[in-house]
Amino acid sequence: MTEATTHAVTLQKVVKRYGDFTAVHQTDLGIEDGSFLTLLGPSGCGKTTTLRMIAGLTSITEGDILIKGTRVNDLPIHKRNLGIVFQNYALFPHKTVQENVAFGLKYRKVSADEARRRVGEALELVQLPQTADRFPSQLSGGQQQRIALARAIVIQPDVLLLDEPLSALDANLREDMRVELKRIQHSLGITTVFVTHDQSEALAMSDRIVVMSAGHVEQVGSPEEVYNRPSSEFVARFLGASNILEARIVSADRTGAKVETQGLGTFQAAIDQDETRRFAEGQKVKLSIRAEKLALTATGKGAAEVASGDAPDIARFDGRVTTVDYQGQVARYFLEAGGHQLQAINTIDEHPLSEGEAVSVGVRARDVVVLPQ
Amino acid sequence: MASLDPQEKPLRPWALLSPALTAILLLLVIPVCFIAVYSFWLRTATGADIAGFHLDNWAEVLGDAFYRDILGFTIWIAFATTVICALVGYIPAYFIAMTQFRHKAYLLLLLMLPFWISYIIRTMSWINILGTSGVVNVGLQWLGLTDEPIQMLYNQWTVIIGLVHFLLPFMILNVYVSLYAIDRNLIDAARSLGSTPWQAFTEVTLPLSLPGLAAGSLLCFVLAAGTYITPLVLGGPTDAMFANLVFDAIITQLNWPLGSALSLVLLALLGVLVAVYNRFAGMGQIAKSFG
Ligand SMILES: Nc1ncnc2c1ncn2[C@@H]1O[C@H](COP(=O)(O)OP(=O)(O)OP(=O)(O)O)[C@@H](O)[C@H]1O
Ligand SMILES: [Mg+2]
Repeated sequence: MTEATTHAVTLQKVVKRYGDFTAVHQTDLGIEDGSFLTLLGPSGCGKTTTLRMIAGLTSITEGDILIKGTRVNDLPIHKRNLGIVFQNYALFPHKTVQENVAFGLKYRKVSADEARRRVGEALELVQLPQTADRFPSQLSGGQQQRIALARAIVIQPDVLLLDEPLSALDANLREDMRVELKRIQHSLGITTVFVTHDQSEALAMSDRIVVMSAGHVEQVGSPEEVYNRPSSEFVARFLGASNILEARIVSADRTGAKVETQGLGTFQAAIDQDETRRFAEGQKVKLSIRAEKLALTATGKGAAEVASGDAPDIARFDGRVTTVDYQGQVARYFLEAGGHQLQAINTIDEHPLSEGEAVSVGVRARDVVVLPQ
Repeated sequence: MASLDPQEKPLRPWALLSPALTAILLLLVIPVCFIAVYSFWLRTATGADIAGFHLDNWAEVLGDAFYRDILGFTIWIAFATTVICALVGYIPAYFIAMTQFRHKAYLLLLLMLPFWISYIIRTMSWINILGTSGVVNVGLQWLGLTDEPIQMLYNQWTVIIGLVHFLLPFMILNVYVSLYAIDRNLIDAARSLGSTPWQAFTEVTLPLSLPGLAAGSLLCFVLAAGTYITPLVLGGPTDAMFANLVFDAIITQLNWPLGSALSLVLLALLGVLVAVYNRFAGMGQIAKSFG
């Protein structure tokens, strides 16, 4: 297997049970060398457990974990050469910043001069070169987080593991740190596993996202894939705002599928070539359409006029705006259409639509995702 | 709005503290003042006390080598007891703090259990264990390791054993509190950076538990240095501690002035110790283990 060699971390049929409770169901996962992988999912879905199993902080019930191609199941944590950043920073309160960052170097046969130089570099990298003599309690939350990061990367770990490192910071700082973290990760080219339950964090930072739910991996893919082509209703609902509709396959071929909904007529839906096999005529399915993919037009202008300008792959149905959630640049509309409650997010030109207004809703075939029931 | 009056603000805390301050004044400060005054009185051969300002008691207490030796012995016993408590107590404290056992509260309750039995009875129980017909001697004889019962009681070591037995829970509780407060992620962080479990203990856990260890040690030392029952029950004739002198002076000889001077010496010694501790660690740590 040539593929396995380019993986910094590999999980093979990994299972974690606590007594009768399975926290992580059988999971296979490869993390490419130098990539930024995010474990994303709601609280309690097993993200931390997965991360801790890679770290060696939690034992695995079944399966194997490989780091750089070597099985590490029985390798104690202090021999794994991993950098971990904890949600609460976990800086040693009785040691200065210098001592904190240098901690891991003590066990790595690094001369005193070399250690001082590397600590200086790491502090430089996190943009806190002046803090070496301070104690953690004398730093702000954001600064502590940077020091925690410096401490983790100064040992040049094979893998950097981050468990919700940004969640204790306030919103503004979080966005700054997000950019900062990505910059540092990119400049070092260090394989990173990042845990979060914040989808925007995951979408902004990751090369690949693993969406988890109740101990299962729901989908693995690039941010675009996971966002635009969710493979399950859970993923569609968890990332962004989606409309989920029940539907039935009328016909399916290589170019796409025709699906029939109750109340909204028939749609063209794009499906990937290899998915054609999964859908048979008459099969019940679900459709997922992103809120921002529903294009609303006030029908006052004349429905026929609107529809005449449409490309052939656009489907249309009528609806009525029930609630308007004005957000400045965009507005979120809740609408009633064919007995369904839908939501749409559209940019506003001049004025937002008003409540009670009749609208024509357009949706393109490639924005309709067909999910198995 | 009386609370807005700037004059009143500084008075408020004092007003709120006043019940406690009154109690301290009545139960602690005033009695100590009485003792201080008493220590300058003089006891005559007839048994009557002469009021006045006489330095005789102080001259005797501070000048006589007899008292100095016993003070030294008291410090030694208290010190040895404290060290043994720290060494022996750390292990169960660590175990209780780190265990995943669900009913941790019961383990702590178990620790308090001995307090339900009188301290004197607990001290006397050692006679049944170490006495000539005690468990240990009977066991040794039964095993044939000795023909005659071995005299194990009534020396300074049995005093120390008795004190350790009495004071261990105080040490465990104090160390437990500081160990329990340590963030587990700190230990995980140390391990991930390359520490072996033992290195993580010496680098992180031990230093962070020192405040608890210091608080427990202070408590053990002060309580051990002030004891007179344990040496009375488990000590030999030469194992009197300083509090025994106070006891003898006041209860046996009815020499209250001398007893007062002696007790002030002990109070001063322990006071200095507490002040030193407070300077470096702060009294808050001890309060934690009771809260
Ligand atoms: N030591 C344990 N004993 C029993 N169950 C546990 C233990 N640790 C975790 N679990 C359970 O395993 C599941 C996954 O926990 P985990 O901490 O991995 O969730 P998470 O995805 O990190 O959630 P969060 O976003 O809240 O941190 C949870 O249901 C949790 O209750
Ligand atoms: Mg977690």
